[in-house]
Amino acid sequence: MTKEFEHIGKPVVRQDAYEKVTGKAKFGDDYSFPGMLYGVMVRTEASHANIVNIGYADISSDEITICDHNDIQGSKKVGAIKKDQPIFCYDKIRNSSDVVAMLVGEDERKLRKLAGKVKVELEELPVLTDSEKALDKESPLIHPEQESNLIVHYPLRKGNIEKGFKTCDHIIDQRYTTPRVEHAYIEPEVVIALPLEGRKGVKVIGSIQNPYTCRRVVASVLDYPLTKVRIIQAEMGGSFGGKDDTINVLAARAAIAALKCGKPVKIKYSREDSIRESYKRHPYVMNYKVGFNNDGKLVAMKIDITADGGAYASLSPFVTWRTVVQATGPYELENVHTDVRAVYTNNPYTGAFRGFGSPQPIFAQESLMDEIAERVGKTPIEIRRINGFGEGSVTASGQTLGQHDVNLVTVMDEAVKHSCFDAKWQQNRLEKAPDFQIDENAKTNFILEHDNFYPPESMKRKGVGLATSFRGCSLGAEGIDAAAAYMSIQQDGSVYLLSGLAENGQGLRTTFSLIAAEVLGISPEHIHYLEQDTGIVPDSGPTVASRSTLMGGGATKNAAEVLKNRLEEILVSHWNTKGKGEILFAKDEVTWTEDESRKISFNELCNLAYSKGVSLAAIGWYKGPNVDWDEETGQGAAYFTYVYGCQVAEVEVDLSTGEVYVKRVIAVHDPGTVINLLGAQGQVYGGVTQGAGFALWEEVNSYNGKIKEDNYDQYLIPTSKDINNIEAHFVEGKDIYGAWGAKSLGEPTLELTAAAIANAVKNATGIRFFNLPLNLEEILLNRKLKPTDLKRGSTN
Amino acid sequence: MLRDISLNINGKIKTIRVEESKRLLDVLREDFALTGTKEGCAIGECGACTVVINSDAVNSCLVLIGQCEGVEIITIEGLEQNGELHELQKQFMEKGAIQCGFCTPGMVMSAYALVQSNPDTTIEEIKEAIEGNLCRCTGYTQIVDAIAH
Repeated sequence: MTKEFEHIGKPVVRQDAYEKVTGKAKFGDDYSFPGMLYGVMVRTEASHANIVNIGYADISSDEITICDHNDIQGSKKVGAIKKDQPIFCYDKIRNSSDVVAMLVGEDERKLRKLAGKVKVELEELPVLTDSEKALDKESPLIHPEQESNLIVHYPLRKGNIEKGFKTCDHIIDQRYTTPRVEHAYIEPEVVIALPLEGRKGVKVIGSIQNPYTCRRVVASVLDYPLTKVRIIQAEMGGSFGGKDDTINVLAARAAIAALKCGKPVKIKYSREDSIRESYKRHPYVMNYKVGFNNDGKLVAMKIDITADGGAYASLSPFVTWRTVVQATGPYELENVHTDVRAVYTNNPYTGAFRGFGSPQPIFAQESLMDEIAERVGKTPIEIRRINGFGEGSVTASGQTLGQHDVNLVTVMDEAVKHSCFDAKWQQNRLEKAPDFQIDENAKTNFILEHDNFYPPESMKRKGVGLATSFRGCSLGAEGIDAAAAYMSIQQDGSVYLLSGLAENGQGLRTTFSLIAAEVLGISPEHIHYLEQDTGIVPDSGPTVASRSTLMGGGATKNAAEVLKNRLEEILVSHWNTKGKGEILFAKDEVTWTEDESRKISFNELCNLAYSKGVSLAAIGWYKGPNVDWDEETGQGAAYFTYVYGCQVAEVEVDLSTGEVYVKRVIAVHDPGTVINLLGAQGQVYGGVTQGAGFALWEEVNSYNGKIKEDNYDQYLIPTSKDINNIEAHFVEGKDIYGAWGAKSLGEPTLELTAAAIANAVKNATGIRFFNLPLNLEEILLNRKLKPTDLKRGSTN
Repeated sequence: MLRDISLNINGKIKTIRVEESKRLLDVLREDFALTGTKEGCAIGECGACTVVINSDAVNSCLVLIGQCEGVEIITIEGLEQNGELHELQKQFMEKGAIQCGFCTPGMVMSAYALVQSNPDTTIEEIKEAIEGNLCRCTGYTQIVDAIAH
């Protein structure tokens, strides 16, 4: 580019802001159709059982239509990788949220009452909830048609691990755990299926994160060709990876019912339905053994990780693959021996969630880096400087980092500068905390032991902690990585744009519009982003892995450039510019550098193109370069490019209550080129806040496979008062990929926060915690208080 | 029990015949097609259904329509006057306080109740006022910023 950016990198108000701030934006539940029926699920009390019989005798009525597995013409089970998840259960119950049937009728409230009257005869089976026992011979098989409860196993082998441990000066061997976490999008799931006239098929509208995946699922269940299923995405009330598998199953159920009844059918989940049936973030059990030398240099790392996949595989094989690639963190190591396994249990199933297999190992490995530093008398910054990736570093999978700025140390330096990390870290260490934890046998602690009065302020200790990461962009060796964008310029110069990736609230419509506007040199207001509809743009893969800006942005830029070239060609002959100077598109005008009198408005040029019969519509395409992976050794160029981040958390720990208060988070990220500054900052604030929730409060317990925390009175997500201040800074590293090197940001912002907070808590209290979340009981008792029954206050 | 209830919503008075135990949230969405008010949890925890009743921010999922006779109800649809957005709405747009937008109407209504009663608010008062409105996308930073301006 020879000119300065007109739009890129500036703060821009999002395209859909007006509709959203006036309540006019239409979310799934805001759609209503004449004659519309409702679908309500029938579940059982079991977590693991064989289904003997389903009896509908007590509910049969002309007003109700019952849908179950007998109504399925095509696939009875679906799944992104393993087809193990039933639309309606017919042989077994594998989890307490499993659905055996759906009642369809006009009055949703009445249907909910009737759902309890379906008599499901069950033969109860032993319930498996401990992921570490999933592979034991005596454990029950969740899917008896499979040989074991193993969903997937990824080994990674580099160097010689035994030799590494023999030659190093120190070894630390430590176990870490992280909890099951709910996405907690504020909008619960909604889908509406509409039977189309005659044999045209079915249309589904809803809060659907990945319309093309959803289409594939619905078509396979109905045994329809893809073209007879149209998925329209409603405005999305948050997703974060969460409105994929479950919503696709709901879409299939609604479609079955709509075709059976010949009427529109809406499924609207309550918060309780949503939390019970939707998948979660994987709980991880992580054993890290690391060998290092007196100078702080890492020598060997042996990692064994078990991810609880719950009852269905979902995206476990992809989530845990990212884990195996990134498990050693952004550090160079000669000897690595990693095993990551995902297993079936009877717990709620787990799948994609912003971060996608990275927040868990980052918590472990970044806690570990601080422990290593302490052992060898270095600071957290020094230890990361010694081991951190730079230009030409080789990753655990043997990939040499290059062709982009390897900005790990740069982002760390920025974060340290903005936070005055060193001075604070040293100062806090000097202010030693008393022995504040409660001895449960003696049932006392230091406050209770003494008669002294402790002013509340004297009980607070400050801490500062840091974490760094590298993250592979987009899908990597998970699958084919390509995306499309449809662009059509009208004769008046206004532009239709639609990419095959989905707006989930992150602001993709605005980002892509800015990219198109930049190429065409027009105001973003002239770009009209169309509603997501699988009938228009080619399948662009899922909107996951922070790949939208990189892949969809690349496709949008491609489409805009194709059309810009066509417009240029017209002027080459129209102005007879052949070979001389440059034709510039800027400020809604097109000019020629060789002759100032040659000037045409963008609108007029489009009108000219129209009059000459030139097509101004195109499908842009962007395909990522090839990546490779050896399943046996875990070696290969896993992702075609990477991003880097560093976060510093400042906390205050109340030693008398165990409360950790987040005073400040400094987040420095290299997402490549920033497209919309306002949107990028929003990603950081939101990601950090979710990361803090993961660090301090959020946990979905499985009580014999059942969930207690099924609404926001029990499942605590951060409120406006829980975090004092978040600062976002960007280092815009160069890259050859994407639109002007714009890469990924959504997930890096979340993955670091818990690790930074845990390190800050250590700095404040002198105690290292190994199990998230760092809630009151973890801080005071060093253990979790688990629910002992499912009774609760407000809704049961 | 079915009853005729006279309601004052966004300055317009209308009488409807309705089951008096119906939630205000459902009446707004179903009987008045005011779908800007959202349902997120149905137990008064998330604030997506916040409306302003007689100057107070209230969760409309916890109010029965039988309680609403003679009160003044303002919903998100009532803030834009003659095509002019309320200053709060403009600030939400400009400060990037919106992502998915599902919590936005409730959030704006809580903020509206606050600025009506107290135009010179501190950051702490703003955080307190929207504490009952959960947002999962924005981390609240730009929302607080928008209300403060």
